[in-house]
Amino acid sequence: MTRAIADDILLDLHRRMVRIRLFEETAGRLMEDGKIPGALHLYVGQEAVAAGVMVHLSNDDWITSTHRGHGHLIAKGGAFDRMFAELYGKATGYCKGKGGSMHICNMELGMLGANGIVGGGPPIAVGAAFSNRFRKTDRVACTFFGDGASNEGAFHEAANMAGLYKLPVVFVCENNGYGEFTAQSNHQAIVDVADRAAGYGMPGVVVDGMDAIAVYEAAGEAIERARRGEGPTLLECKTYRFFDHVGVRGMGLAYRSDDEVAYWRTRDPIPRLEQQLAEQDILSTEAAMAVHAEVTREVEAGVRFAEESPLPDPSALLEDVYA
Amino acid sequence: MAEAQQQPRKLPYVAAITDGVREVLKEQDNAFVIGEDVAGAGSVYGYYKGLLEEFGPDRIYDTPISEEGIMGVGVGAAATGCRPIVDLMFMDFIGECMDEIANQLAKMRYMFGGHARLPVTVLTMAGAGASLAAQHSQSLEAWLCHLPGLKVVMPSTPYDAKGLIIAAARDDNPVFVVLNKVSLAMTGEVPEGAYEVPIGQAAVLREGRDYTIVATGRMVHEALKAAEQLAELGLDTEVIDPRTLQPFDTATVVDSVRRTHRVMIVHEAVRHGGIGAEIAATIQEEAFDYLDAPVARVGAPFSPVPFSPALEAHYVPDAERIVAEAKRQLGL
Repeated sequence: MTRAIADDILLDLHRRMVRIRLFEETAGRLMEDGKIPGALHLYVGQEAVAAGVMVHLSNDDWITSTHRGHGHLIAKGGAFDRMFAELYGKATGYCKGKGGSMHICNMELGMLGANGIVGGGPPIAVGAAFSNRFRKTDRVACTFFGDGASNEGAFHEAANMAGLYKLPVVFVCENNGYGEFTAQSNHQAIVDVADRAAGYGMPGVVVDGMDAIAVYEAAGEAIERARRGEGPTLLECKTYRFFDHVGVRGMGLAYRSDDEVAYWRTRDPIPRLEQQLAEQDILSTEAAMAVHAEVTREVEAGVRFAEESPLPDPSALLEDVYA
Repeated sequence: MAEAQQQPRKLPYVAAITDGVREVLKEQDNAFVIGEDVAGAGSVYGYYKGLLEEFGPDRIYDTPISEEGIMGVGVGAAATGCRPIVDLMFMDFIGECMDEIANQLAKMRYMFGGHARLPVTVLTMAGAGASLAAQHSQSLEAWLCHLPGLKVVMPSTPYDAKGLIIAAARDDNPVFVVLNKVSLAMTGEVPEGAYEVPIGQAAVLREGRDYTIVATGRMVHEALKAAEQLAELGLDTEVIDPRTLQPFDTATVVDSVRRTHRVMIVHEAVRHGGIGAEIAATIQEEAFDYLDAPVARVGAPFSPVPFSPALEAHYVPDAERIVAEAKRQLGL
């Protein structure tokens, strides 16, 4: 650690990560059991990124997310009952059951939606940052995207405009090594996505995305820079998804080796943070277990709420197409 | 002075666009214009000229040539409380930003369960007839009409251009204002101050008992010329300009067809799969028993827009083609 971080922030980071992990593991099981329809892209393994960035943001700061978006919404303060209800397709979900996993959002929390289009988020985040400046606020926008999305034209157009206008936006690349089922080495000729920042006149920073404290510190610098009006940053977080592109299967996949998965499992960001916090007497093993237990109850209550909630009435089908 | 005030003010279509945008910037503090060459150059056709000087650089922004990025700024800014006017220089460039339009702008409100407003006004220039060839001349409004969540208007006159721009900007939904480049010099009455041409309301430009022509955009004027010629053949022809294609004013068209029993639809876009097909289908659903002849459609042939004036003149429909098709349709 390069500077002292307040205990309550470290505990906040930890809780956000545990909330993501336990929500996602349960959501994945419910999908495998057929209770949640459609496809879930789970965030397990990448928790340090969402938590490390979101701890710096208020509800007035905007984010855009990806198809792997539950973690971003949870870290931004998403409530489990409304989230599970949305995944179940219930009327009580955040999007009244019209968006589902890939479009889950909450405007009041400043979350401009998960996005089913790879690279869909960056142009919208640049628009939100443009709006922040136009409306003369000191709010920022953060856009999460993957190594795969960094090959989309939308990312490049958005990054160029953000650099040109020096907009208050942070491009958070979650490089998990794969664009869907294709390894990074097979989809781009560079190792560090952060190299692309140079083309847009912004700093490119690489950070260990499995280290919540490292992400927290790097994100803090980028976000403060944006707030000061000094323009965007491309923050690349090297991370890994423990599960498949879709669903909860982690091992035995054709496109990556079990050894590779096992290696990244040893770098799991949650036990790592728990060990760091235990060593500093900030969070005892017992206290960490209590957080897990508390979040487990929150998950159970969320699932119960979703299961007991009504399905949308067919009359809702044509509502919300237009304002 | 009193006499001068009684004279209705006439402006060219291009100046009516400027006037409409000016009124929007005056009445809406959170509106701004963004697009390629809109501020310094005032757009390639000059319809933003003077607005930079009048409103300053905080209200009108030049961008890189990045249509997807520009449309994304429109989406993100609108969702977070602004009312952007996005300029898409030529409608043909819509392919560059179709994901932002089709997957983000049109759907965000619905996907979010109604928890977002997207008050984006897109001004874009369509139309053939200027020898700009296949990538700067298309009329692609049917692409937009197929996307739930969008509204699409197509002003044919200076009056409608200003009034529809103002109505679009006051609407809380994304509205595409499809302008016509060949009509830019055309003059017409344009009142001072802000007024709306209501979205979703057609205009009956000529009343008639025997025949209905529904025409869009620049084709409205060809239809009016054709109506004169058809009158000489004893066919008292009604001409309707829908002005808005989405949502479509079905009632005005169907009421007319129920009176005249014969109808033609004219648009400049490629006939195959054009909005005319949808209008024709709606007419047969709503007025089948009133029809004395098959619904006729006139549109561009199934080819890209050609460059040579000699070819382009045969590509864009005109009054002569409308009259010829009416004669074929009605056996005159």
